Order: sequence, then structure tokens, then C-alpha cells
Amino acid sequence: MEPNVSPSIELRRDLQVIARNIPAGSRVLDLGCGDGELLSWLIRHRACTGTGIEREEEKVLAAIKRGVPLVEVDIDSQLDLFAPDSYDVVVLSRTLQAVLRPDLVLTQMRRIAPRLIVTMPNFGFWPHRLRLLSGHMPRSKDLPYSWYATPNLHHATLIDLEPLFRDVELKQEKRIPLSPHGNPRALGQFGANLLAASAIYVLVRADQDPTRL
Amino acid sequence: MAATYDGLGVTETKKVTLFDPAHPLTLVGGDQLDEVVVAYETYGTLNEDASNAVYICHALTGDAHAAGWHPGDKHPGWWDTMIGPGKAIDTNRWFVISSNLLGGCQGSTGPGSINPATGKPWGLDFPLLDMSDFVTVHRALVAHLGVRKLHAVVGGSMGGMQALQWSLSYPQDLGIAVIIAASSRLTAQNIAFSAVGREAIIRDENFRDGRFCEQETRPDVGLSIARMMAHITYTSEEGFQAKFGRKPQHKESAPGFGVDFAVEGYLEHQGEAFLTRFDALSYLYLTRVMDYFDPFAEPSALDAVRADPVRYLVMSFDSDWRFSTEQSRRIVRRLAAAELPVTFREIHSPWGHDSFLLKIDPYLATVKAVLEADTDYRGTVWSRT
Repeated sequence: MEPNVSPSIELRRDLQVIARNIPAGSRVLDLGCGDGELLSWLIRHRACTGTGIEREEEKVLAAIKRGVPLVEVDIDSQLDLFAPDSYDVVVLSRTLQAVLRPDLVLTQMRRIAPRLIVTMPNFGFWPHRLRLLSGHMPRSKDLPYSWYATPNLHHATLIDLEPLFRDVELKQEKRIPLSPHGNPRALGQFGANLLAASAIYVLVRADQDPTRL
Repeated sequence: MAATYDGLGVTETKKVTLFDPAHPLTLVGGDQLDEVVVAYETYGTLNEDASNAVYICHALTGDAHAAGWHPGDKHPGWWDTMIGPGKAIDTNRWFVISSNLLGGCQGSTGPGSINPATGKPWGLDFPLLDMSDFVTVHRALVAHLGVRKLHAVVGGSMGGMQALQWSLSYPQDLGIAVIIAASSRLTAQNIAFSAVGREAIIRDENFRDGRFCEQETRPDVGLSIARMMAHITYTSEEGFQAKFGRKPQHKESAPGFGVDFAVEGYLEHQGEAFLTRFDALSYLYLTRVMDYFDPFAEPSALDAVRADPVRYLVMSFDSDWRFSTEQSRRIVRRLAAAELPVTFREIHSPWGHDSFLLKIDPYLATVKAVLEADTDYRGTVWSRT
């Protein structure tokens, strides 16, 4: 372990932000872990342990080669594999919009760990609104797909998303709006629903004191 | 004709006496064996600090000859798709050990061996075995070969059960346990299939209460029926359909009770071929070990490995209904609840349980990736001394 390495070394920008919100030594479950970049970094530099979930063949093998334990299960239907409270943090990065039932997935995540980190593209980002005004569905770096071939089943703005967290008894500890490049915005929360391309949410169980973590 | 023997080339089965009257083997059930001979093969080279060994555990009817060629054979060892230079278990890198199970019939001591106390074959006087007994004997072979630490223990089906048992009982022995198409607890249906196989053998008129060796006869009908039925469970509807469909065995169909469909001819061949290499008593003893296998039953089952965390790879095949993905998930659930580093994949393959013996690229690539992964868990709770 090299505890002094900052997340800014080696890590994709949005993952740096996520890493900063994961306490050292945490047990981390990363849903949609890709090639294991985040988990591998957390294991090496933050004494974390963890498991990734991924289904794309090449990414699965890349994560395994990095030494990241990886479980191939369906996020929509098979999260019952994990025992209650078996992790400290569950990460769902840019995937919530692509699951069948975001409410059910969040409920499972809440069962598995007391702390959730969720990133979500913002469909209310102003260029998307312009696209819609011009008569077309939004497309951007964060939402690059045509409407008929997109894995994104759900389109929500940030202010649409937040009531869902309340409904599944999650409390918003932090919201970090991101620029189109994945950096935290210089303007912070100001006009986020219009001006942020995506946002990272740190969520805790609503019935639980977050300082206990 | 060296060119015929690709991969590892010619390999050889050796034998060693690992337990003798001065150092007998005490079994889980309390019985003692005064002589245990083990047949084994090795491939590759043991490195200087004796830490690059990979132990292969075979399934119900496997043997020590996992890879390479025995002169004159039409086929290489049973896991030649997996083991060899540059393959998933790369013999340029790993020193591979493969042994025939205690209770088996292909060189290692089993119920068909001579009981030193009577000078006659053991028959049903051979003691009942437990998965842990296999591990005890494997460990004795490891010590005999001067191996200090196993990089991995790898097995499919009942071989995966041995790998699991080994990791739970002696986690300090191994870095990685690879558990493929296995189960931690047979279902009622699994046990039922085994039971019918055993009944076919025991009810064969030539079984003679297990004394058939002395009486120079063999329950061939029973054993081949057991094999035919088991073989159906090792493949899949889709596999049978692709291979045979309703094709006739001969050019013209000849309705009657003989072998008329191609699938019938295939099964008959499987049954016959099995007789040349397997013993009915071993079949009884080894299937029974699987029936009773339930390593997570003890509440303390995971204590040792929790304190010394082995890395796990658990894999299943989506068309395997003998040991289904759900059975692998059960293993994963237990290991994950103990906060162990577990990798789990369900591999797509139409070939059922037997898929673990076949060349299925994502499957082999995963084994290779896990064995060769760049793991550095130093500083985490997974770090090992």
C-alpha cells in the first residue's frame, strides 16, 4: 500500500472524485466496474478490498488480470448473491440509467452497504435541452447513442433523480456536479440541473447517522 | 513420429508409496490404510523456491494422465486443452502435478487393490472415503515432491470439490483455488442419479457382493448402464440435438429394440469404452464421497480460510444442469459472505457439464488470467504472510 498517492495519479477523473469519497480500508462493491481501474487503485493505494461486477468479456478479463476479484452476475436480478452489510461502500458508476428498475437496484445496494456512490448522466444538461428544442433526442459525449440502440433505458434530470433517492430511503450526503470532462464544476451546485453534464451522489441510509461510518 | 505428440509431448505416469505400515493413513472415518500408492504425472519444472506448483484434481472418472501423450494413444490426457506450453495452465511457467485419487482404479490404491492384511482385493471391505481424505493424500504427494507452496489447486466437477475442501482445511498450502462446474452440496436430483448408477452396479448378478475380482468376473452390464445414464447428465439437450438429433444409427432405420438411433449407438459406445478403464467398486466409492460432501455445514468451516485468505475462481457453464450455475453461486455466496477475494463467471457453452473438458476460449482465458494475475494485496486484509 502507498497511502500517500493521490487519486489524481493514474485514475480517470470521475473515478478520482469517487475514490476521494471512499474511506481507506473499506470493502467496496463496484457495480459495472469496467476494467477494474477504480478497485485496483483502491486496493493498491487505500488498503481497500472489493469486488467488481462486469459482463463485457474484454473488460472482465482486463479486471481479472489486474487482480480485481470480479463476479459476473446480472445487476437487475442477482444482487441477492451478496449478504446484507457485506460491504462498506457500493459504487454504481454511469449505470443506473441502464438497469431495468433503478429503484430496485438502489434498494439492493442499500441492503448490501450503508454507503452508496452513484453517478448519473444529467438529461437536463442544457445542450440536451437544445437538442430537444431542435426536435431531436439528446446526444453527447455522456449520451452518445442513437435512441434505438442505447443501453440507457431511463432518462432523468438531476431534479427527477433526487426524489427517487428519498423514496428508497436514501439520504443525499453529497452531490458533486461534473463538467462534460468529468471534473467537479468550478461553479459547484449553481444551476446544476441545467449546467452539469453528470453528477456523483454520495448516499447513506436515511435511518442512519452518516458520521458512524 | 514426434510431430504427432503436440503440446507437452510424451508424458509418463509414475507411482509412489505415500503411506506404509510405519506411516499409515488415518481416514476421516477413523479407519486406517497401511498402504497407499498414488499414480501421478508432473509437467513443467519446479522453480528454485519450490513455489510455482499447480495441483490438478480430477473428476469422478479422471486419472493422473491429465495432459500430453502416452505412446500409442489416439487422444492426449483428459485436460490437454487446459494444460501445456502456452496454454491456460502454462507449463512454461508452472510445475503441474496431477494424481489419481485415493479410491480410484488407475494406479492409485482403491477398493480393487490388494488388501495387505488378507492378500485379496479389498472389495467392499475398503473403508468409506471423504473429500478430506483425498486432500490428505494430495498433500502427502506435494510433500514428497518437495513443493513448498502451491500457486494454485485446480479442479472441475469433483475436482473442484477437492480444491474447495483443500482451501478450507489448509488455506496455507495454496494461493488460488479454482473450482469449476462443481457443487458444495449435491441436490436430491444429483444424489438420485448417483443412486441409480450404483444400483445398476450392485444389482448386476456379477457384482457378487463386491467380491467379483476374486471370482474373476465383473459387473460390466451394471457399470456400463451407470456410465450411460451419467453421461446423459454430463451433456445437454442442445448438445445432443446438435450432435445427433434423431439421426438413425445406420443408413436405414430398423425399428425394433436394438440400437437404431445414433444417440443410442453413442451411449452404447460410451458404456463399452468405460469398461476398459474403470472399476465398478471405484465408481461406488467415489460417487458416495460426492453425495456426502457438504463442507460449509460446520459453522466454523470458513474460519481457517478467513484468517489466511485464499483467492478463488468459481466458474459454471450455462447449459450445465448436472452441477448448475446455481450450485456455483451457492459456493460464491458462502465465500463472499466470508469476505474472501472471489471471482465468479458463468460461461456460455451448449455442451453441458462436460464443457469443463472442452476448448471454450473465454473459459480457458479466464483460468489463465486468474493464474497469471498481477495481485498485490499487501496492506489489505487479504494480504498473506
